[in-house]
Amino acid sequence: MGSRASTLLREEEIEEIKKETGFSHSQITRLYSRFTSLDKGENGTLREDQVNFRGFMRTLAHFRPVEDNEKNKNPPTTEPLNSRTNKLLFAFRLYDLDRDDKISRDELLQVLRMMVGVNISDEQLGSIADRTIQEADQNGDNCISFQEFMKVLEKVDVEQKMSIRFLH
Amino acid sequence: MAACGRTRLWLLVSLVLVSPATGREAQFRSNHPDHPGEHEANLTGIPITSFKWEHVETPYLVALWVLVCFLCKLVIEANHHVTEYIPESALLICCGFILGGMIWGADKVQTFTLTPRVFFFYLLPQIILDAGYSMPNKLFFTNLGGILVYAIIGTCWNAASLGLSLWGCHKGGAMGKAYLALRCWRGETRSCSGPWSPSLCPSVPPSIYPSVPLFLRPFVPPFLRPSVSHVLCLRPAGDIEIGLLQYLLFGSLLAAVDPVAVLAVFEQVHVNEVLFIMVFGESLLNDGVTVVLFNVFDAFVTLGGAKINAAEIVKGIISFFVVAFGGSLLGFVFGLLISLLTRCTKKIQIIEPGFIFVLGYLAYLTAEMLSLSAILSITFCGICCQKYMNSNMDESSVQTVKYAIKVFANGSETMIFVFLGISAIDKTIWVWNTGFILLTLLFIMVYRIMGVFFLTWILNRTRLVPIEFIDQIIMSYGGLRGAVAYGLAVMLDETKIKEKNLMISTTLIVVYFTVIFQGVTLKPLVQWLKVKRASHSELTLIEKLQNRAFEHTLVAIEDISGQIGHNYMRDKWNKFEEKYMSWFLMKPSARKKQDRLFNAFHQLNLKDAMNYVDEGERRGSLEFIRNEGAFIDFKKKFDDEMSEAMPDIMADMSDDHGRAPPKRRDTVPSVSLELHEQSMRGNRAAEDFNSHHLLQQHLYKGRKQHRHRYSRSHFDINKDENEVQEIFQRTMKSRLESFKSGKMGVAPPKTITKHTKKEQQSKMLNGKNRSYLSGDEDFEFSEGDSASGYDASFPTRVAYRAGDGIENPAFMPDVDPSSTMHIPPWLADVELDSVAPSQRAQVRLPWTPGDLRRLSSLRTSVRSSDSFQLTDDRQGDRDELPPPPPPPPRRDGDSV
Repeated sequence: MGSRASTLLREEEIEEIKKETGFSHSQITRLYSRFTSLDKGENGTLREDQVNFRGFMRTLAHFRPVEDNEKNKNPPTTEPLNSRTNKLLFAFRLYDLDRDDKISRDELLQVLRMMVGVNISDEQLGSIADRTIQEADQNGDNCISFQEFMKVLEKVDVEQKMSIRFLH
Repeated sequence: MAACGRTRLWLLVSLVLVSPATGREAQFRSNHPDHPGEHEANLTGIPITSFKWEHVETPYLVALWVLVCFLCKLVIEANHHVTEYIPESALLICCGFILGGMIWGADKVQTFTLTPRVFFFYLLPQIILDAGYSMPNKLFFTNLGGILVYAIIGTCWNAASLGLSLWGCHKGGAMGKAYLALRCWRGETRSCSGPWSPSLCPSVPPSIYPSVPLFLRPFVPPFLRPSVSHVLCLRPAGDIEIGLLQYLLFGSLLAAVDPVAVLAVFEQVHVNEVLFIMVFGESLLNDGVTVVLFNVFDAFVTLGGAKINAAEIVKGIISFFVVAFGGSLLGFVFGLLISLLTRCTKKIQIIEPGFIFVLGYLAYLTAEMLSLSAILSITFCGICCQKYMNSNMDESSVQTVKYAIKVFANGSETMIFVFLGISAIDKTIWVWNTGFILLTLLFIMVYRIMGVFFLTWILNRTRLVPIEFIDQIIMSYGGLRGAVAYGLAVMLDETKIKEKNLMISTTLIVVYFTVIFQGVTLKPLVQWLKVKRASHSELTLIEKLQNRAFEHTLVAIEDISGQIGHNYMRDKWNKFEEKYMSWFLMKPSARKKQDRLFNAFHQLNLKDAMNYVDEGERRGSLEFIRNEGAFIDFKKKFDDEMSEAMPDIMADMSDDHGRAPPKRRDTVPSVSLELHEQSMRGNRAAEDFNSHHLLQQHLYKGRKQHRHRYSRSHFDINKDENEVQEIFQRTMKSRLESFKSGKMGVAPPKTITKHTKKEQQSKMLNGKNRSYLSGDEDFEFSEGDSASGYDASFPTRVAYRAGDGIENPAFMPDVDPSSTMHIPPWLADVELDSVAPSQRAQVRLPWTPGDLRRLSSLRTSVRSSDSFQLTDDRQGDRDELPPPPPPPPRRDGDSV
């Protein structure tokens, strides 16, 4: 499979992905082989979402740790995918199911339901959701906007908590 | 402040002077064994009392020393401006110097030193147990790889490099002669025997005599003063004879960073948690290495260099794995045992907290017996059992364990440092060799720095968050040596190692240097280098939620990208743990409340409740809650959520402190011998107590009561809450009854004004045997206040809701929020009589606003000026109602 990965992935494509995501050459080829193994339909996309390899890599790039030399570099024209804001945006999108850039109570409740065990009743979950929104909500619309989301999580070490070490 | 401190110091000094004096007396008496016998022979009648010092000598001295050490700490802690700059451990050692000086001045010999046996068997275990028990598990295991690298490779490197370098310097001739401290009389010319080259005393100027500081000398009783001044001379005593193996042995005992010293210093410097756990974890885990290295080299020294071959070395390496992993495994097993035991200790709640101490100690001793690493054993015992124990045991037991373990750990830490100081004032151990001592200090520093930087360089290649340069400096600088090294040095066999005393003195100097000098300079260094401190994070629900979401996301991403990383492993472990270990080790009831998110929520709600009551008290009462407009925001948050989550919160109460997830204590290193941080969270209890005290003093006192309640097997505190609820419930019920009967036209008997005395038999409540011997009292609701404020009000409310009366349609239509009638009776009483109302009821108010209105309407229809009394009387008259339970015990008010 490794040979197939390298044959299907053209050098210039790798270069582009490298520039966009910041992954190294070896990481890209490794992840490509992973991608093809996940790609059961063998049509270059994953599942019904039609995620192609570029999208796949772009998603994973959010989780690249922020490296020191990247910090010091003069700010690039476009924000790197693994910046704090982008990481947070990724997390935010996990809640924002209807893509209206707001986390509503219902959306939060759905995510909560997935994350907690069965021991908690719906009422309790509801009050947890209420409280969570209350903590973040500043303009009183009972929704969490991305600005509010960033504000309330400003003390959290997102760079660290939203990163994994990708193998080379 | 200073004057105050000085007074305390004098007190302490005088107290301390007593103890050597008594010790001396003991010696005197034991020198005359026939004395007591003689006394008995002359016995003509029954002595009214007799003085039996020998009878109590050892325990008495132990207790006295514990007291003295604690007083030292008290004196030190009273001077805040000093402890700000100098760490407590250093001050305690200095205290030890003073005490040791006084003892030596009085006795001429050092009668009290830190012996390895006392240290390893009675002082060390509880400190390590505490460290393990309050270990932030997640942080620890996340960094376990790094910690192990430092603990194993780092320690081996330290030992080998120190031993080899010293040996090299020795060969190169850097070591001069050793000097022996010798006591002789001033002016006397006496030659010394022994292996040392003889020389004359006066040729060396007297140097160390003032072991008793000048200002203390007048306080030494005359009979204790020496007739001739003692002179301590340093005299050259031949070349030192240490071989390579002995150097390595010495290196191995000095290699290990000491957990006690590290804890004592680092807990006052709030460095970031990764740095803390690195240094601290290393200091805990390197014990296995130290023990093995020490034993192996000890054996090698015994064997002699010639007999050491490859097989022996391989055996040594195997022994390392057996000792370290065997010890850890043993601790793990004991931890499981504790967890299992606490599953079924519901019936013996009083001794329930004892299990961890006994079994932890047994884990330590068993490991010692099997010559495994005892420290590792007890560490892992604590780490393993903490989670299950905390959720299995009752909340009060968990609190007890937490406090007791801190008391023991903090106490023995104090004693260790004081005795480290005392041990120094002993001329017999002091052998001075400038080259040896200075080189040791130098090498320890240099090799520690080299080791840390090299290992970090390797580790950083694989770490997600690299350890920063300044953190590495602090790690190197924080390599403190302590009592473990001293204990090991004292354990050296003098017959095999001729320079044992030189090693002891050097070890002591290294310990003093690292603990005092590095300890003092560490804090300024941390500030100067701007080391990242522990972040001060407020617990918010959304952060908690988001952290959880991050964890899940990372697991998913690792899975998607097809690699097995930390998160993946942790997820697998969590699942395994939840599925099997929790099932096996945790009570089913406790298992249900395992959700961290919900715990956070619960914590926040508790905090709100506290603020709420505070606010009420600040305003004089909780009356403001009836003012709907004022606190709308707060109320909304409060009422809605509390009412919804209430039933489960009550069940969750036991976990509230018990779980104490390490993540919650982000602000300070989680392992800390101090209780300050915890007590911050314990504020709630303190405030409770304050308000109760206030109530006790200002409330109407009931009729004087005579109560004999003492039970070894039951605390009454918990039950009290039930009682209060019971009382409340019954009061409500009877009121409802009277109300109903009033409505139906049946006049309630309300002319009885005298309180009837009711004999209350031992009552079976909740199926538990109660221990009241007599219960002769007036039933007065307002006195039932010994239970803590809102804790008790949860169940009350729930119970009341569940009660039968509330659904009664007979009075429901009376609810009229707009009328002035809805002032509850106790509040009405306040306004009328200007008497402090039932504070319990006030505290309860916020929880039951709706219910209170119903009650008030009830009250008005009853038209009694004292509804409590009425209730009481009515209850006495009615046969079908069971007698109300006795009110809870009074504490302060009883005697009035």
